[in-house]
Amino acid sequence: MTSSKTPFRGFVDRVKAHQAVAVATVLEGPDGVGSKILFDRSGPLQGSLGSRDLDALAEARAKDLLASGRSEIVELAGHRVFIEVHLPPPRLVIVGAVHIATVLGRFARELGFRVVVSDARGRFATPERFPEVDELILGWPNEVLPRLGLDEFSYVVVITHDAKLDNPSLLAALRSPAPYIGALGSSRTHARRVNALKEAGATEKEIARIHAPIGLEIGARAPNEIALAIMAQIVAVRNGAEGGVA
Amino acid sequence: MHDILPTLEAWKAAGEDVALATVVRTVGSSPRGVGSKMAVTATEKMVGSVSGGCVEAAVSEAALEVLRTREPRLLTFGVADEDAWAVGLSCGGTIEVFVEPLDW
Repeated sequence: MTSSKTPFRGFVDRVKAHQAVAVATVLEGPDGVGSKILFDRSGPLQGSLGSRDLDALAEARAKDLLASGRSEIVELAGHRVFIEVHLPPPRLVIVGAVHIATVLGRFARELGFRVVVSDARGRFATPERFPEVDELILGWPNEVLPRLGLDEFSYVVVITHDAKLDNPSLLAALRSPAPYIGALGSSRTHARRVNALKEAGATEKEIARIHAPIGLEIGARAPNEIALAIMAQIVAVRNGAEGGVA
Repeated sequence: MHDILPTLEAWKAAGEDVALATVVRTVGSSPRGVGSKMAVTATEKMVGSVSGGCVEAAVSEAALEVLRTREPRLLTFGVADEDAWAVGLSCGGTIEVFVEPLDW
């Protein structure tokens, strides 16, 4: 146990810092209703539910829930305890600071994503065009993408309209566990891209991870419609849904 | 959580007394998932939501009471519950909401 912070303050600080955290709160029980204890993956941080035994029971469950990302009520020694788990927010990585990216970034932020936009072209990747993104990175994809630490919370959209930039971006994304990799372009463009990626060493299985043509089929034509189609597809993938009509 | 944080921080800076309501369980269809939050100040300002708007009024009443008594409360709203109909839970399903005075 460290510091004099309350567990809720510690929870908020970790949520803000994009760190995984769990807070347990006694909802019902013979005593301690409302008391809290905070955990991260390594153990307790602040607070107590009132007894060491109860704290230890909560710790075991909190660690399980941190692994699964779920929040739920558990029964612990006659107490009903809510364990709330907070994992880092999903991150949308957009390669290609094109017009679609400006709209896509806004949609993504509205849906709770952190947004990173990258482009090698300084005329495109300007703060004026992207005032709201969390990170704007000027650089070549083969240098920028490995540096981003793409993980299971990263969703990658490649929309530079330039194979010289798109293909290295896709190769880097395919080497990561990112749950979504999408690439803009027609079926014909994608067929050419598939050949280039194969020549660069990507396997069929890896290439099959790429969503292309990108986006759900909503008849999108205008850039904002295309951004909506892409974002809808990302949400569907994140929710494990097909993305068809309900 | 993220949706209400800036407001919570502003309220804290302003010295507001705040109650926090959190969805701790949902059964059946429910528009806001477990962990969804709303906060209410003693001066009756509100931020966030715990349903599609069905139970916010009842939760804010409970929040004001929690701020008076300093005792947390666990509220249950469900379509099978006559009280829930009375407060207008038309979105279906059942939700449990924990309301507590914020200590931070």
